[in-house]
Amino acid sequence: MFRPLDVTGDGAVSIEVEGQSRLVPMAPNLAAALLSAGFSPFRTTPAGAAPRQPYCMMGVCFDCLVEIDGVPNRQACLESLREGMRVRRQRGAADIGEKGGTR
Amino acid sequence: MGARHPFSDFVVIGGGIVGASVAYGLAKAGEKVLLLDEGDIAFRAARGNFGNVWVQGKGATSPAYADLTREAANRWGEFAAALQDETGVDVHFRRPGAFYICFSEEELQRRSRMMASIGERATVRSDFETVGAEELRRRLPEIGPEIAGATYCPDDGTANPLFLLRALIKAAVAYGATYLPRHEVTGLRIDGEGVSVETEEETYHAGRAVLAAGLGNSRLAPQLGMVAPVRPVRGQIMVTEKVRNFLDFGTNFIRQTIEGGCLFGESSEEAGLDEGTTLPVLRETARRAVTAFPLLRNARVVRAWGALRIMTPDGVPVYQQSPGAGSAFLVTVHSGVTLAPFHAGDLVEALRQGRLHPNEYQPFSPERFDVQAA
Repeated sequence: MFRPLDVTGDGAVSIEVEGQSRLVPMAPNLAAALLSAGFSPFRTTPAGAAPRQPYCMMGVCFDCLVEIDGVPNRQACLESLREGMRVRRQRGAADIGEKGGTR
Repeated sequence: MGARHPFSDFVVIGGGIVGASVAYGLAKAGEKVLLLDEGDIAFRAARGNFGNVWVQGKGATSPAYADLTREAANRWGEFAAALQDETGVDVHFRRPGAFYICFSEEELQRRSRMMASIGERATVRSDFETVGAEELRRRLPEIGPEIAGATYCPDDGTANPLFLLRALIKAAVAYGATYLPRHEVTGLRIDGEGVSVETEEETYHAGRAVLAAGLGNSRLAPQLGMVAPVRPVRGQIMVTEKVRNFLDFGTNFIRQTIEGGCLFGESSEEAGLDEGTTLPVLRETARRAVTAFPLLRNARVVRAWGALRIMTPDGVPVYQQSPGAGSAFLVTVHSGVTLAPFHAGDLVEALRQGRLHPNEYQPFSPERFDVQAA
């Protein structure tokens, strides 16, 4: 579905997605890498649990929210790809309490 | 006379929560209603307010206001249910009671005494409890260690003011009212038995007029021989990202919506017509919110805004009728959400009868300010 432009060079980065180690294509940001790897959905909505994928890819729509290294509600389109980063689907509203919040 | 909009029974000026409540009630009762509103850039407390249906502590200087508030809050459940039936809009009304969070023992005692004194003079009953720090921690497990306690009132609730405004206008229109946004009123005059209302495009005629224009009332009221001693008092509000539910109860300055966003807001500032936000006020509000519920440290604020309350000199509503049992009426309150069932109910009955009976409305007459000034 997605054709990468030749801006980031070749190669792949190893990250953890939903607890599984995955090689994703080098990309300008995490959302692009996850889309290329076929990750879906990125999140489910807090009110209706509807599935969501990145829409604007420029930091406005908040539909690309994921949990990164235990921090909920991160905008994947604004995150650089880093070796070993742990990514989880954002399921509904963030848990900010003792159990859920690691910030 | 406007060809498209001939004579109405009532023209309601102002399409915020107050005006829309009155228009809804009148239309539901079978009156032919014209609701004139400004455009999107109007000062619109209806779209900026906190959404509390708030009873506790109201009416410290006016037992009549305490009673009015208590009765309106008691009717909120059936009011919300009727609106949902009529429009399909759920205004998210809940009434689990609310805590007024006190940051010191002295504040808690002072507040407790104030609440007791209101209770002694009000005739409509509303209970409250003074909840100490330990008991508060049992009821609100996320409360912070520095909080001294709270007063709890089971009669407080919350609603979504945006859905409320939408539902009121939708219901009013469904009952036959004509809603005209972008129709700022430029002039008013008594015209025979009725009232003439000028806008840029057209002049409208109605048997009776209700001024519910918020801060605009101060400009419009004198044209019909009334006064609206109101001034803007700014409040600044923040909302966080949606987070998992941790707060079912209302509080005086933090509430979590059904969708999960948390609103914080408690400031009162004399800032003229400036609707902006300022960093010092937002910082202090956020600091107190995090002191009250430390887990909010982990929630990101996504938006902040200012809104202007419509405040009378004593904070008590003004309801008045133009001189000589005239055909114009004025409504000015800063609690449009809480009092909505009253504005769409008992007040509408009085408007239809063409008289604000002194027994009920004398405490809300602006004459009380003349007495104080003398």
